Amino acid sequence: MIAPRLAARDLACRRGERLLFRGLSLDLAGGQTLHVTGSNGVGKSSLIRILAGLLRPYAGEVTREGSTALLDQTLALDEHLPLGRTLGFWGHLDGVLPEQDLARLGLANLLDVPVRYLSTGQRKRAALARLLGQRAQVWLLDEPLNGLDRDAVTMVEALVTDHVEQGGLALIASHQPITLPDLQVLPLHDFAPPEHTL
Amino acid sequence: MSTFATLLLRDLAQFLPGARRGNTLLPLLFFLAVAMLYPFAVGPNPNLLAATGGGVIWVAALLAAILPLDRLLAPDLENGFFDQWALRGIAEEVVIAVRLIAHWLSFGPFLMLAALPASALLGIDGDTLRTVELGLLAGTPGLAAIGIIIAAVTVGLKGGGAALSGLLVIPLAVPLLIFGAGSLALGGEGGVALTGAISLVLVAIAPFAGGAAIRAAREG
Repeated sequence: MIAPRLAARDLACRRGERLLFRGLSLDLAGGQTLHVTGSNGVGKSSLIRILAGLLRPYAGEVTREGSTALLDQTLALDEHLPLGRTLGFWGHLDGVLPEQDLARLGLANLLDVPVRYLSTGQRKRAALARLLGQRAQVWLLDEPLNGLDRDAVTMVEALVTDHVEQGGLALIASHQPITLPDLQVLPLHDFAPPEHTL
Repeated sequence: MSTFATLLLRDLAQFLPGARRGNTLLPLLFFLAVAMLYPFAVGPNPNLLAATGGGVIWVAALLAAILPLDRLLAPDLENGFFDQWALRGIAEEVVIAVRLIAHWLSFGPFLMLAALPASALLGIDGDTLRTVELGLLAGTPGLAAIGIIIAAVTVGLKGGGAALSGLLVIPLAVPLLIFGAGSLALGGEGGVALTGAISLVLVAIAPFAGGAAIRAAREG
């Protein structure tokens, strides 16, 4: 198992005619957590997608070592299927999620419920179950606290803490405050061009 | 279970007739409805029906293959499935190839079955029916391949994508129709062989064209 690393050099992102940020560099190793802050539209989600290799940066380059997992606003779960079956699909690809993890996420009683009947918070927790099952070393979390109640926020913070303690690496983009030990903060506003148009 | 089998099982559960509360049955019913309406429209002259019936089956098959296109790839892109597969190192080409198999299985064999009652409705004789069935066997994989390429190219379009993909499929399907339906007039198997050749080329291209289109759509 290689040591996880996530590095970016001189990244710039352009969406349509707008330059969202430029000159962004970062370097994270296992055991580190970075919180990318900024208001809506500043480019947090685009940064996550660039780091995940799903979007080409306008300039700069990304180095990613180790398996990578992404949690964003899409669930990647089949809406019409019971939660247990659609998680089972990812279980076949990633390996089955242990019972205690499902219990920890509060999903143990919801496995027979079709995904479309789940509430906002339950959907987010279902996506977290998919993330945990992947056992990836690099976690890219885009607004992981959206729609969660206070207990669930504490639970997510504990999950990330555990992940980082086991040598993982986490990058969290969120406009909400998050409490984690040794949390580094990257305000994305600092990298926005002075004039917001090209 | 291998990645390929896992993906194929999920796709079959989604696309085989009867899945998604029966929505997937609609193309087959549509196919039979066309075969049923045609005698009403042109009149009950048996000679005319027998002479044109094989061609009607082909046109109905083409239209039935267009119906599921808007559900073929777009939901998986919107729900983030393609992102998650990419992060796991599963190539878009593999996903599209699996989807192509599932799409063909969901309408090809069933259209060939439905062609039996359709041929009775149209008064087609046994020899012609045999040519139609052989032609469908050779041609429907090509129709599925065209469908999946078009579905991938139009995947990012919001609204109106279904009608547009239908319009885009029709010109690409002309060679298949010419040789597939044309083999009926000649009564030979040369047309069927050419249909099969076109199908094979399309099936070979589809995963790569579709994969590139999905990656382009993700950038958008």
